[in-house]
Amino acid sequence: MTVKMKLFSYNLMDTFIHHLSGLTKLICFLFLTFAVMYSYDIRVILAITAFSIFLLLKSKIKFRQIRTMVLYVLIFILTNAIISFFFSPEMGVEIYGTRHDICKLYGRFYLTQEQLFYSLTKMVKYASVVPLGMIFLLTTNPSEFASSLNRVGTPYKASYAVALTLRYFPDIQRDYRDISQAQQARGLDLSRKAKFISRVKNSLLIVIPLIFSSLDRIELISNAMDLRGFGKGKSRTWYTAKKFNRQDILALTVSALIFIGSICVSVFINHSRFYNPFI
Amino acid sequence: MKGIFKVTTKTIVAAGIGAALFALLFMYVKIPSWVPETSFQTAYGLSALIGTLFGPIAAGLAAFIGHAISDAVQYGSPWWSWVIASGVASFIYGFAFKRTKVEEGVFGIKDILTFNVIQIIGNVIAWIGVAPVLDILIYAEPVELVFTQGAVAALLNSISAGVIGTLLLIAYALTRTKKGSLSKEA
Repeated sequence: MTVKMKLFSYNLMDTFIHHLSGLTKLICFLFLTFAVMYSYDIRVILAITAFSIFLLLKSKIKFRQIRTMVLYVLIFILTNAIISFFFSPEMGVEIYGTRHDICKLYGRFYLTQEQLFYSLTKMVKYASVVPLGMIFLLTTNPSEFASSLNRVGTPYKASYAVALTLRYFPDIQRDYRDISQAQQARGLDLSRKAKFISRVKNSLLIVIPLIFSSLDRIELISNAMDLRGFGKGKSRTWYTAKKFNRQDILALTVSALIFIGSICVSVFINHSRFYNPFI
Repeated sequence: MKGIFKVTTKTIVAAGIGAALFALLFMYVKIPSWVPETSFQTAYGLSALIGTLFGPIAAGLAAFIGHAISDAVQYGSPWWSWVIASGVASFIYGFAFKRTKVEEGVFGIKDILTFNVIQIIGNVIAWIGVAPVLDILIYAEPVELVFTQGAVAALLNSISAGVIGTLLLIAYALTRTKKGSLSKEA
């Protein structure tokens, strides 16, 4: 178990996406992902996917930065499509209301055009949010993120909890690696070779020291914050907060229009969340 | 019941550090189960501990933030329905806060029962109620699939919170000084 993944492997570059304020990027991310989440129209989803891949290229993110993520997502959407088929092979027929059999597979399992179309739409839908998430994660300064959350209306104490999480994740990751290697050096087996019960027991031997050292950390940090008067005021200001400029307004307008457009297509053109090419 | 929703500095810090731990355990300390896309997550044992020690707000936030971050790092975007369900389950674990004597160094049979009844209620509401319903509303996933996944998740997470949570709480109780542990020397 090697721990190499970096949380928010942010590096500052000179692209217009990096220059947008964290608040803008958060709101745009939410607008665009909700647009994709709501719609089941493959045309809308493909358009948004193309747009987000264009942004991904613009933000100069390198493929090796996102390789692991792409792999995880591919595995996820493939298993999801396969098990959805085994649980309800007739989902597509139910949604689109028509039936075009392609062939019989086994028992009650028929492959239909409707099911294929439904699966394809869903795969594109889940894949399309990935470039957006990657842009957001890799171009946002983590300390600016908490201030953005606060400015979209999250209470500042909750935003501060997020700031603490991002600040202490690397520390806790390092503790975890130290403890895990120390225990493995003493002969602890965490691989697939060990039995289920003994793997649970062995993972507990890593988790317990990790959790107890973190409980001490909670005590220490909350005392330090109390001493500096955290939580006495009704609001707080953020050192990293950026002011809006013209580009921010432009980005917000574009993503709001895409969001509204996606809803309009569903309401006025398709009359449902699904686009039905079979009628 | 009194004051379990009070937000102090410690609640916030417990939520923040708890979320970092939750995300880490969620990514690295899990054991795949026989149903695809569900696994035995030790992280729920942690959020049950946070809930019992720091209350529902701390545990709910910790699980919500932790789950969202681990999803975002692994898949690029959080799977909102399950992230919300994680938050709800852990929020309910928090009702065990101030109902057990763990801070006084005692975590006996009665406390173990209270804690486990609460965590099982939380898991059932979150994984058989909240998660599948949101899956259907937000993502229009097949009904049978999400309820099967939900039932498996409820079972596995109850075991995780029950076994790991209980063991952690017993270990924690041992680190506390017992009430009246000092005696006067003759």
